Amino acid sequence: MNFLRTHRTIATVIAFVLVYVVTKALYLTGILNTYYIQLIILVGINIVMTVSLGMVNGFTGQFSIGHAGFMAVGAYTSAMITTVWLHASTANPWVGYPIFIVAVLAGGLLAAGAGYLVGAPSLRLKGDYLAIVTLSANELIHAVLNATEAVGGPRGLGGIPKFTTLEVVFVFAIVSVVLMRNYLFSSHGRSMKAVRDSEIAAESTGINTTKQKVFVFVFSAFFAGVSGGVFAHLLQFIDPSSFTFVKSLEYLIYLYVGGATSISGAMVGAAIFTLLPELLRSLQSWRMVIYPLILILTMIFRTEGVMGLKEFSFILIPQRKRKEVSA
Amino acid sequence: MGQFLQQLINGIQIGSIYALIALGYTMVYGIVRLINFAHADIFMFGAYMGFFLAPVMTKIFGGAFIPTIIAAMLITGLLGFVMEKLAYRPLRYKSRLSALITALGVSIFLENFCALPFVFGPAYRAFPDLIVAGNLPISASLGLTIPYVLLLDVGVSVFLMVLLFWFVNKTLIGKQMRAVAFDKPTASLMGINIDVVISTAFIVGPALAGAGGILYGTTYGMLGSPFLGIWPGLKAFIAAVLGGIGNIPGAVLGAYVMGISEAFATSVNSNLGYGIAFVILIGILLIRPSGLLGKFMPEKV
Repeated sequence: MNFLRTHRTIATVIAFVLVYVVTKALYLTGILNTYYIQLIILVGINIVMTVSLGMVNGFTGQFSIGHAGFMAVGAYTSAMITTVWLHASTANPWVGYPIFIVAVLAGGLLAAGAGYLVGAPSLRLKGDYLAIVTLSANELIHAVLNATEAVGGPRGLGGIPKFTTLEVVFVFAIVSVVLMRNYLFSSHGRSMKAVRDSEIAAESTGINTTKQKVFVFVFSAFFAGVSGGVFAHLLQFIDPSSFTFVKSLEYLIYLYVGGATSISGAMVGAAIFTLLPELLRSLQSWRMVIYPLILILTMIFRTEGVMGLKEFSFILIPQRKRKEVSA
Repeated sequence: MGQFLQQLINGIQIGSIYALIALGYTMVYGIVRLINFAHADIFMFGAYMGFFLAPVMTKIFGGAFIPTIIAAMLITGLLGFVMEKLAYRPLRYKSRLSALITALGVSIFLENFCALPFVFGPAYRAFPDLIVAGNLPISASLGLTIPYVLLLDVGVSVFLMVLLFWFVNKTLIGKQMRAVAFDKPTASLMGINIDVVISTAFIVGPALAGAGGILYGTTYGMLGSPFLGIWPGLKAFIAAVLGGIGNIPGAVLGAYVMGISEAFATSVNSNLGYGIAFVILIGILLIRPSGLLGKFMPEKV
């Protein structure tokens, strides 16, 4: 026990492996059916989406409200590559999975490119321009997908091979969150927080605020794109209406209710709100009435969200004891 | 030539509706520095009020248009007032971002609440005829006609704009509004009641959007769903940015530029009509972020 307490990274790895083993065991013994496994996979995807949104909205203090647009770019790009152009299939995993990984990363890169196009003109300005630009971009991407026959138009794109399994999502979610967390705890991350707290003060200490903001935004769009790719290969069918502004808003609700200035908060928010609708199945048509109310009430009574500034201990960088330097 | 003029006329018509919405965005932004996302849904609410009130008003007054538009403006004004009181006022001294998030929440709440089957319902509805349908022939050789509804749109919006300019420039509360928009702390030190001014902005803006909603319903003759406000709202907001956010004449100018460029873009390709708003937005942010009539304000430390 003492060993685990002092070597937290090892403890965290063991914990995640245990979670995976338990989930898999419950599935194999039939206690959790395929539907619940799908739900757990969705939790993983939503965690990555929410944490990546939190990098922009929580840690850099900007207001991006079109995250589903980037998700759509990633989803459609990767689905076109695996399904339409290369006809990858799960029957031959040794060929299929490399294609899937390349396709998903390509989706992420294209989403990052879209992020640059959206972010570069709007982030050099102070104020709320990003909000309106990302909102318009989201609606525009939706309209373009609807009008493009090559990607199925309003009918959507089906027959996508199901590459996203429990294992894939576990690896994907952990790697993404670790990457984003390391970025946030790096000196870049501290610059981001400085930009959030006072843009003028940050600028006067020599931080290139525009560059910092645009980079974070592009980084975040990349993860949204990759999540979109993973999402498409889970549902095996995507259509433009899965990526409307309402979807973006769902992620904003996950983020702000969980706590925008905390990675753990984003994760908690994503997990709770992905699982919650299953408990409230009978209230399905009320869902988008209740969610915004929860958001408004959170803003009024607990602006910082459930987690506030707190993090789970496994998120934080373990503090090594410094050796005393004798004079 | 005839085609060109016809598109110009169409653009002016849609621009008038955008102008009524854009004025509310710009007034609220000028005074509380908040993008009121819910404004688009107030516009939608106004349109639906027209749908429900028109038969009642016809029964009571005989004519429908004027009583309906006044009643709808009163109701949307009240809605704006209540919205500010309940949702935005508690957040006034918290971070600006939290008010923005709340505005987004209010917007989605209104859309989805109104889409519930026992409120307005998600279905398509035909808007009642409030005025006589018909066309005013202008030039037979060019094939140019002006529908009566267009004259109504332009007439009503210009009338309301003139009324607004009078209100903002000549009345006491209007002067107070301009003072608060200019410098809130100093205005409050001069004895201006900030709460009253903010409430007024949240009544006048939504009332104009309500009028816009009625005109929208009359022009298109139908209400798609309670989500109908999203696109006109977005375009009107972009129009307000184009004219210089916070600037009232700017919002009107931006709305007409937006309406006309959209009419021309749509006549080329119907999808381009959606894209043009985005192109204008990115263009204005790159070239002149303070807007056509806005002043560049350097940030003081």
